Amino acid sequence: MNQNRRVLLKGTFAAGATGIAISAGLLTPKAVLAAWPKAAFEAKDTNAALEASLGSSSTTESSDIKLKAPDIAENGAVVPITVTSDIANTEAISIIVAKNATPLSATFNLGATTNGFVSTRIKMGKTSDVTAVVKAGGKLYSTSKNVKVTIGGCGG
Amino acid sequence: MAKSSIKIRAKVKKGEAKVKCLISHPMETGLRKDKKSGKLIPAHFIQEVVCEHDGKTVMNAQWSGTISKNPFLSFEFTGAKAGDMIKVSWVDNTGKSDTTEAKMK
Amino acid sequence: MIKIATALSVMLIAATPFAAQATPDDDLKAFRSYFTKKFPEVPVNDFINGVYSIDAASREQWEAFEEFPSYEISIDNGEEKFNKKFANGKSYADCFPNYKKGIKQNYPYFDTDKGEVVTLEGAINKCRTDNGEEALKWSKGEITEIGAYLASLSRGQKTNVKVPNDAKAIAAYNRGKKHFYAKRGQLNMSCADCHYYYSGSKIRADILSPALGHTTGFPVYRNKWAGMGTLHRRYGGCNKQVRAKPFKSQSDEYKALEYFHTYMSNGLEINGPSQRK
Repeated sequence: MNQNRRVLLKGTFAAGATGIAISAGLLTPKAVLAAWPKAAFEAKDTNAALEASLGSSSTTESSDIKLKAPDIAENGAVVPITVTSDIANTEAISIIVAKNATPLSATFNLGATTNGFVSTRIKMGKTSDVTAVVKAGGKLYSTSKNVKVTIGGCGG
Repeated sequence: MAKSSIKIRAKVKKGEAKVKCLISHPMETGLRKDKKSGKLIPAHFIQEVVCEHDGKTVMNAQWSGTISKNPFLSFEFTGAKAGDMIKVSWVDNTGKSDTTEAKMK
Repeated sequence: MIKIATALSVMLIAATPFAAQATPDDDLKAFRSYFTKKFPEVPVNDFINGVYSIDAASREQWEAFEEFPSYEISIDNGEEKFNKKFANGKSYADCFPNYKKGIKQNYPYFDTDKGEVVTLEGAINKCRTDNGEEALKWSKGEITEIGAYLASLSRGQKTNVKVPNDAKAIAAYNRGKKHFYAKRGQLNMSCADCHYYYSGSKIRADILSPALGHTTGFPVYRNKWAGMGTLHRRYGGCNKQVRAKPFKSQSDEYKALEYFHTYMSNGLEINGPSQRK
């Protein structure tokens, strides 16, 4: 499937800049933003979020997904998460934090030559299971880990 | 010209590119209150990050406000060689955007 | 009246024996030896990494951050601002001609002419006001970006604070030393209680960092602040945490504390700016 280029809107992040970044193969701004799955990101429970983002909420536990996350997060505002999927034809990886107000944190859509690997830093409101969901060959696989978020003693 | 908000470190080893990005962005969820005024700070977060290489999209990340402030993103793809260019762009919920190109080492 | 004052001062001197007898170098040797004995598996220079030198679980998270740390943004911004000329045509380079070789390891120092401790932040703002620019706020923002840039240029240099044989310098050093060991606040705790005697132990879910190596990583990107801060910003926070009234950033008290505190890390490599929880 042809991945569309995007037109980049009004200006750079620095407020007041007037440069306009345009790339070939344009999409209008509304179409770019419309691609963002609002319902998925606003869903208040995991199943609704998965349905809206990946098309289904039925997942199979898989040991071919490695989820690296701390046992106890140093700070709930920045929790490093790495997902590695050894499942063939991994096309998307989602990160779900069950106890966050809106569980779906991110969905990474991978190109055909992109490895099943993604690393980022997420916010966690409290101790929760963190689940990595992998979409491969039309099916969903998952693995979870409980990550504790604590109140530090040093004002952390 | 304004500086880019996107910092990229990209290396290629045996045809496999490893890309790391650090983006300057407040990533406000819209649920946080300003300590002084008590008012809610409006939601302001990156919704989409796209990385292109050789005319193809290798990564399309869709984010909520629960990705941390000054977000970090790392991913890998094959079919690359040292010296190739990649382009990383983002769009946030207010319609602002930024883009940067970088040469992979 | 004079008799009482004399009696009091005699009592005070008697009550603080260390002020009269130990030299800063004696203190430094004793300080370093206390921590190397307490944490024998930590190579002495590794203390610059704080809790990450003594706790594997948090070290792993810190290493994940070091893949692309948040303070890199501040280093870039700092470099840009450092290189921007002042309105009068001069720039920071005129005030800090050796900055490229790394200067942070020499701060704070004692200006014997003026009789005061000079911190890096103090020198940055003096450069600004001497050249007709407004001083920056002391604890956060631009001063931390310039500090981050200057610290990055000093990485690997050994902390090299000097206490000259000057009465006022020694007095400032001792004032800082006194602050470190004195109990304060409603919780009646001293810096030493957490970071010396109980370093390595837990306070709720936090592990207390050893004071050896404390200062090398500043300015610091603290996950809790979701931003950068100076050493004095942290001093204020620590004072508040024991429910003591904090001093102001760059007050004489905190400058004295920084003087003593940094001297205790002499010989350890600068690794600022750093990311911490």
